[in-house]
Amino acid sequence: MILLEYAVLFIVLAPFIGGLLAGIDRKLTARMQGRVGPPILQPFYDVGKLFQKEQIVVTPSQHFYVLSYLVFIVASGALFFAGGDLLLVIFAFTLAHIFLVLGAYSSYSPYSFIGAERELIQIIAYEPMIILAAVGMYMVTKSFFVWEIMTSSLPLILYLPGVFLGFLMVLTIKLRKSPFDLSTSHHAHQEIVKGVTTEFSGPMLARVEIAHWYENVFLLGFIYLFFAWNPLVGIIAIIVAYLLEILIDNTFSRATWKFTLKSAWIIAGMMGLVNLGVLYYLSGVVPV
Amino acid sequence: MINNDRNLDFTPFEGEFMITLPFLVLFPAVIAILLLLVSADAWRRLVVKAGALIIGIASLYLLFITPETGPGFFPVEFDSISELMFLAEMVIAAFLVYLGIKYKKYLAIFLVVAQAALLVYYESLAATGTHIVPNLFIDQFSLILALIIGIIGSLICVYALGYMATYQEHHPEVRDRRRTFFFLMFFFLSSMFGLVFSDFLPWVFFFWELTTLCSFLLIGYSGTGEAINNAFLALNMNLLGGIAFVGALLYLAFVSPGGELLNISTLIHSGHMVALVPAVLIAFAGITKAALMPFSAWLVGAMVAPTPVSALLHSSTMVKAGVYIIVRFAPVLTGTMEGLIIGLIGGFTFLLASAIAISQSNAKKVLAYSTIANLGLIVACAGVGTYKLVWAAILLIIFHAIAKSLLFLCVGTVEHRIGSKDIEDMTGLIVRMPHVAVMMFIGIAGMFLAPFGMLISKWAAIEAFIEAQFGLIFVAILAFGGSITVFFWSKWMGKIISVCPVAAKVENRIPQEKWIALSLLTAMTVFICLAFPLISSYLIEPFVLSVYGATTRLSQDNVTIMVMMLFLLMIMPFSLLWFRKEKNIVPPYMAGRPATPDLHFLGSMGVTRQVTLGNYYLEEVFGEKRLFMAGTALCFGLILLVGTLTAGVAL
Repeated sequence: MILLEYAVLFIVLAPFIGGLLAGIDRKLTARMQGRVGPPILQPFYDVGKLFQKEQIVVTPSQHFYVLSYLVFIVASGALFFAGGDLLLVIFAFTLAHIFLVLGAYSSYSPYSFIGAERELIQIIAYEPMIILAAVGMYMVTKSFFVWEIMTSSLPLILYLPGVFLGFLMVLTIKLRKSPFDLSTSHHAHQEIVKGVTTEFSGPMLARVEIAHWYENVFLLGFIYLFFAWNPLVGIIAIIVAYLLEILIDNTFSRATWKFTLKSAWIIAGMMGLVNLGVLYYLSGVVPV
Repeated sequence: MINNDRNLDFTPFEGEFMITLPFLVLFPAVIAILLLLVSADAWRRLVVKAGALIIGIASLYLLFITPETGPGFFPVEFDSISELMFLAEMVIAAFLVYLGIKYKKYLAIFLVVAQAALLVYYESLAATGTHIVPNLFIDQFSLILALIIGIIGSLICVYALGYMATYQEHHPEVRDRRRTFFFLMFFFLSSMFGLVFSDFLPWVFFFWELTTLCSFLLIGYSGTGEAINNAFLALNMNLLGGIAFVGALLYLAFVSPGGELLNISTLIHSGHMVALVPAVLIAFAGITKAALMPFSAWLVGAMVAPTPVSALLHSSTMVKAGVYIIVRFAPVLTGTMEGLIIGLIGGFTFLLASAIAISQSNAKKVLAYSTIANLGLIVACAGVGTYKLVWAAILLIIFHAIAKSLLFLCVGTVEHRIGSKDIEDMTGLIVRMPHVAVMMFIGIAGMFLAPFGMLISKWAAIEAFIEAQFGLIFVAILAFGGSITVFFWSKWMGKIISVCPVAAKVENRIPQEKWIALSLLTAMTVFICLAFPLISSYLIEPFVLSVYGATTRLSQDNVTIMVMMLFLLMIMPFSLLWFRKEKNIVPPYMAGRPATPDLHFLGSMGVTRQVTLGNYYLEEVFGEKRLFMAGTALCFGLILLVGTLTAGVAL
């Protein structure tokens, strides 16, 4: 059962929610650092201004990759909110990110090249955990379809606490938060200029930013799935998780790629796999 | 579980169809002999192209004669064929002993003699007992393999025409033995057809040995020391498998003196205890042929062969024979400890070979490791062997054969134009060889991206493993291994699509034969993604249903969404038409350093340097030596374990 109206709602509303989220994020970050910070609506002003700038490119093919990145991020998010197959959503999501990486590669620029390599390392760091999360949800609800997981009355978080912690860990990577903002960062102190986004500018950069907003909303939706049996708890969980990410962002210094990869995989193994193993064992003893 | 009381319908076909199976086995051999006699290049081109066309059409014709359910049998009306095969095997053994003495490879001689001795012993047993009339047979699974051999195989042979001409120009030191080369290529096609159409295990073994022989001779084609050594390495490992195969024949000759169990179709329905020992022995042979760890070294070494050989034997067909036979025996292996361990060997091979591929910069080695990894995944599916996994395994065989042969042929083409098969030298291929780069791009996408084939199969495998016993281990292997795959393919893609300002276009002088093969394979890579629901419902599902009594498929919703994704992907490149008008083109950011348009900049100490960009290979983490050791130890241990278990069953 694919619910098209939710997909449309996502496509229309997600940029506003995502932009607002980014604004709140910047405000809170500024307060944590003892600054006043920009207005909440600043991300919208920024993107608006980017669209007014003159477009310059290193190679016209960058446009193709960035546009594909945006289109496939929107498509995978829409598929998620429409209730589609979670694994397919994850694969479409990876496809979208490969387009971003390819866009960075296409410019033959030293900084975006390193950014692209690091982005790939980030992808292999987080992807196993996301797949394991989907598998965990399947083990509890017996379905990969988001709408069935949503309508399941089981409190997934109680079955999958380890998986949830592992997911929070990779969420830090996905939200481009320190210590795992290797490939590009929201902060000014990035050692590889702007990483993957170095060679994107003007309207093209605006598209990358909007894609990131869509992506964040999708990720928060993923958190919600763990708490879907109770909408109120779900919304509180999302807020707490996001505040936690902002706190982490402002308290840790950037990690190396090796640390990122190892810690993400170890957490996926320790938290995710062990959780699934216990669940697998228990399902033989007591029917879930 | 096996349905023991099923009656196999013996349905010999009517006269007009009977020609095809023996035709496909014999015709390529005739072409091969013709090619051995023809020395003029123009004639060779004609014979190869005509032969390839006829083989292609004949294998498509199989679509019409394959029964919709169950296997169709084709009796062979020729009495002394088994004796002839035995004679041929002895001649081959003598030939291999001669080569072993010539190159002082004593291990090979020992293995050849051991295998021949066992074979003689088997013949002495069988000659007294066997009363059955062997048949050729075809079912949907054989048909799929035959289509791969007939279509992709003959395309690669056509490609080889262009490739070998250039190869001999570039390597004047290699003696021009193109007659032998094309003889072996077509002779190999013949043996592959024989292998997939044989139901009688001694015949399967005969063709099995022929493919080993072809592979051995083709790897050693260039005659250099490295080539000879690698050829013998491949030979030794495959002979080990061969010995296990003869072991299976011997076991069967003991337990069924009448020889009824020597047919695959009766054997897999005969009940676990009898079939398990030969199934494990033959699976071991399959593991050596499919170059799983600990035998992966031979396939990596085989990359010294000319690229069409790698494409034909070492990615799309011969190594598939190894997994073909394991998938055939999947109903026997499923639910057993032995099957699970064989699956684990495949799973670990998938994980570790994928990881090793990250550290490789030689394109052919990356392809070799990725091939090993995917064969491992297929074996993992077949070893665990539930009906859903067999469905996924067959899907993997199809998609992998097409995309991987395309990639090999692209690498071969690039190698001849830029003089290197190193991925680091492929920077800016999109500028230098735009068409080939796009084809390579599609081939790589076909290997790991949604909504292309390999990803569909991996996805199906994840879903199927969750429900299988101990499946969680495999799910974890797929989750980690799958993302590792993303890394090495994407960085390769990134290399070729970098728009390097200093690159010049060199995409001329590529022979027409190469273009034909490349474009058709590219078209197939895309087309197969659209057609796969049809392939699934007309070919794979009937086969799985006839063996297991149950089958599976992707849900309709998902298929629709995948097709939509594919169309979206095909539309996106048209946006380039719009963006092509872009006027404000600037050089990349160089940290404010003064830089020339061809990316020279003033470095430290006043030295002018040019920008060069190299990929990450992460040697420390994914180094070949380290992981290969780990994989060998792990998989060798597992093989010992399965050997002990099987010995326990046999005694």
